[in-house]
Amino acid sequence: MTELLQIKAVTKRFGGLVAVNNVSFAVREREILSVIGPNGAGKSTLFKLISSFLNPTSGEVLFRGERISGLAPHIVARKGVVRTFQETTIFKGMTVRDNVIIAHHLRSNASLAGFYLGTNTARRDEDEFGRSADEIIDFLDLGAQRHEIASTLPHGHLRALGIAIGLATNPTVLLLDEPFAGMNHDETVRAVEMVRGVRKRGVTVLLVEHDMPAVMNISDRIVVLNFGVKIAEGTPKEIQENEKVIEAYLGAEDETIGF
Amino acid sequence: MKRTRNILAVAVFLLVVLVGVPWLIEATGRLDLYYTLTSVALLSIASAGVWVTFYIGRINIGQGAFALMGGYVSAILVVQYGVSFWLTLPLAGLFCAAASVLIGLPILRLRGVYFAMVTLVLTEVARLLALALPITNGAKGMVSIPLPGGISIFGLTILPDFATLANPRPAFYLVSVVLMVLCFAALYRLVHSRIGKLCQSLQQNEELASSIGVNIAYLRVIAYAISSFLGGLGGAMFVAISQSIYPSSFTVTDSVNFMLNCFLGGLGHVFGPMIGTFVLYFGWDFLFETGEFQLLIFSSVLIALMLFLPNGLLSLRLFGKKQG
Repeated sequence: MTELLQIKAVTKRFGGLVAVNNVSFAVREREILSVIGPNGAGKSTLFKLISSFLNPTSGEVLFRGERISGLAPHIVARKGVVRTFQETTIFKGMTVRDNVIIAHHLRSNASLAGFYLGTNTARRDEDEFGRSADEIIDFLDLGAQRHEIASTLPHGHLRALGIAIGLATNPTVLLLDEPFAGMNHDETVRAVEMVRGVRKRGVTVLLVEHDMPAVMNISDRIVVLNFGVKIAEGTPKEIQENEKVIEAYLGAEDETIGF
Repeated sequence: MKRTRNILAVAVFLLVVLVGVPWLIEATGRLDLYYTLTSVALLSIASAGVWVTFYIGRINIGQGAFALMGGYVSAILVVQYGVSFWLTLPLAGLFCAAASVLIGLPILRLRGVYFAMVTLVLTEVARLLALALPITNGAKGMVSIPLPGGISIFGLTILPDFATLANPRPAFYLVSVVLMVLCFAALYRLVHSRIGKLCQSLQQNEELASSIGVNIAYLRVIAYAISSFLGGLGGAMFVAISQSIYPSSFTVTDSVNFMLNCFLGGLGHVFGPMIGTFVLYFGWDFLFETGEFQLLIFSSVLIALMLFLPNGLLSLRLFGKKQG
């Protein structure tokens, strides 16, 4: 298994606060790797560091052996590392289909001027984007909502749309920020299937999540953060038996941890 | 079906503004309306620029600066270098676009009220520059700028020399309207191409746009350059008509009006600034009869309009369409 992403001794300080402290791990090709940890463990910061929305204070993130830390987010996205957002970050005023079509931007062969003049390349791009968007929309079961304005969608569909936007960029690695947050049991089950489907398309998935049962169910491997430090890494089974992890979550109900 | 209807609408519009209006004006003898309508056409070009910045999610209260800049560029080229006015028109636009790239690179990082405040200051900076620079002739301004010359290709006269016309006003009116139509046609195409969608993506969520690979900094600068190009174009044409320019030709009030035109017409529709400029300009004139109450009534109506029609006058039409 090749290591697609390497997180090497990454540290991020905000003034006196060390949000992420010397964290290292690797993401292998076509796996589902989850980063978990109690609130304030530095998961979201780590996520922003990997997608280059933040620059590490020290350490670096490599994608296929090449340093991506310090590059602009849209360049990192072009290389194939794409993030979705916590909560429901979508283009609210556009229809579902337009949301997905616009997310194909990375794949365009035509230049901006080409799109303005409506050259053949641009028209081919538009056709291709439309087809691909429809395929992704059907894949994520959003067919019935295709022409609805995104802001009117219910929660579960919004999450699906967020993933659809991510998929449209044709990522190598998709970073999902809390894809199951705020979902009820049924919605979570469906969303878990969705993430599995994403992996089946050949996409490597790195996700940050609170929902323990879902994480245990879906992940190939898990990385546990606590107070910005990596305290464990391993298969779901190994993590469940790890003393340090149990200690970090001590006080939480067994039910919510999913042990 | 929709295409035929659009073509028909454009044809009717062109017929009205290019034939109907001049005929009506000649018939009624209200020659002053030429000047008024020419102003509306040119102001709506500058407002269209402001609309573009709205389209990427930025409130632009600095268009006056670029209108002033465009006016001076054209005036200086015509007066001091003897360049044909028609050549200075695109040059003025391009100069403003280039300047806006330099200004935009740092300030377009700002959002919301912060960007608005900086642009507001721009107009004042432009005025002070015009006062201070030797080339702009300071507070005395530049006067007696020659009227635009003619254009002819292969002996075929496309535009007559304006100085030879007994009354250049109808000619200015026609040129301005054609310019306006061209600008709005170009803008319409922009909005309905992928670029329009990309601009919308910026307006709705810059972070997400960037995460799907949109070069947001580049797109913002492009949009601002287009905006300023239109500002410069409008300003330059205005100067040609009034044959003079002063540091106070475009002030903060004008900048605010450009923005209001967009608000009033509707930010969601590309023809919003055109309608907005028309209504605002005539509304103001219309209220002239009310004397000292002019500003009071005018502002109250504006506030009411924004409260009850937050999406502008053009949302009325869309609303009707939805029902019908």
